[in-house]
Amino acid sequence: MSDRDEIFETVAEQIAPFNKKGIKLTDATTFAGDLEWDSLTVMDFVAAIEDEFDIIITMNMQAEIETVGQLVDAVAKLKD
Amino acid sequence: MVDLFTKFDPLINEREALLATGVRDPYGIVMDKVLSPTEAMVNGKRTILLGTYNYMGMTFDPDVIAAGKAALDKFGSGTTGSRVLNGTYAGHKDCEDALKEYYGVDHAIVFSTGYQANLGMISGLAGKGDYIILDADSHASIYDGCAMGKAEVVRFRHNSVEDLDKRLGRLPAEAGKLVVLEGVYSMLGDVAPLPEMVKVAKKHGAMILCDEAHGMGFFGPNGRGVYEEMGCEKDIDFVVGTFSKSVGTVGGFCVSNHPKFEVMRLVARPYIFTASLPPSVVATAATSIRKLMHAGEKRAHLWKNSKRLHQGLRDMGYKLGTDTAQSAIIAVILTDMAQAVSLWQGLLEAGLYVNTARPPATPAGMFLLRCSLCAEHTDEQVGEILGMFERAGRATGVIP
Repeated sequence: MSDRDEIFETVAEQIAPFNKKGIKLTDATTFAGDLEWDSLTVMDFVAAIEDEFDIIITMNMQAEIETVGQLVDAVAKLKD
Repeated sequence: MVDLFTKFDPLINEREALLATGVRDPYGIVMDKVLSPTEAMVNGKRTILLGTYNYMGMTFDPDVIAAGKAALDKFGSGTTGSRVLNGTYAGHKDCEDALKEYYGVDHAIVFSTGYQANLGMISGLAGKGDYIILDADSHASIYDGCAMGKAEVVRFRHNSVEDLDKRLGRLPAEAGKLVVLEGVYSMLGDVAPLPEMVKVAKKHGAMILCDEAHGMGFFGPNGRGVYEEMGCEKDIDFVVGTFSKSVGTVGGFCVSNHPKFEVMRLVARPYIFTASLPPSVVATAATSIRKLMHAGEKRAHLWKNSKRLHQGLRDMGYKLGTDTAQSAIIAVILTDMAQAVSLWQGLLEAGLYVNTARPPATPAGMFLLRCSLCAEHTDEQVGEILGMFERAGRATGVIP
């Protein structure tokens, strides 16, 4: 499994508790549209991801992240 | 042409559906006549005010009103100008002097509103490459100050010292950092663990701004705020406050001992690009602030009111935002907007006004009725308030 696949797996595990409708996750899955998350859910989820990877995803960065794939790429970049 | 209002349709529909059930609009109340800091006429009915943030009841103080009238006669109705051009009168400087006396600090800057004080301070202080670290439950003016500036913005979980520590630890050591805290968080009326947070912020080399909008007047030996009560005066770099709560008029300010503080007048855009406060407003503010320095009895009565209302509501079975009365805000937690509005209306019809609050203004998607007490509420009024909560709560099925 590549580094990116591993990050995807971990992100998917973190999404699970918030994935009420059991939506199948791909790179193209959107947080607002497909997962129907509101701003409070996003906030809790971002905090969980930050702690999982020991990184900071600033609000400025969050504004640019709409899909699971974009988040995985951002985490990969921040971990370096 | 794309109608730019289409995006508001869900909100418009939700509101119409709520009003169609026959309830009154909780965001459309008109005070026809205001009788005192604690009573007004609403729809022809004498109504006790329990949602005004008029904590110290200074709005009808005879000295405050006299100062405003005198300034109106002497300096006119408005300044028609920016603080940095033609909008600084003797009254504005006197108001800043009153703040310096009240807070025991070297510098004070008066803004036109508390909202603008946060916008100006936060967007001005933290620039490109700097970091702002804020509590997730921060007031909209703090979030908007972040959005207006060019700094990187990082949130930590509400009142979590550990979360703040972790996030500060992940930031570049050499970057400029501003931690933004509030003494009292206005939605639930809970206070921040300032000594622990200050310690963590200092450990990571951050400067600290504390918003004391809901703490001024009745926390600490001199009424400076929660930070004074908790003994953090030496460690808070900037205190932001407002005239629209305990002071009883409108306006905002920031006080500091930083030797370069005055430069904020040249870099804070919400200070520069708006008209200054009218002379009557700064005169009432200065008079009120100086009187608040000697308001020990009022403070004691406000705390007594807050503790009594909290205990009374809890005993009736209401779910409240805090376990004890931490401030002069008591938040009643309800299940949804319909329940919140039905209780709100029941109280209003009985003659009591409280605030309704709903997401996204509230934390964790809560629906709230927020009560804010006043030092001028009499013991009899607090008794009446409890009676109205008991009857309306039972009638709407909120309490058993």
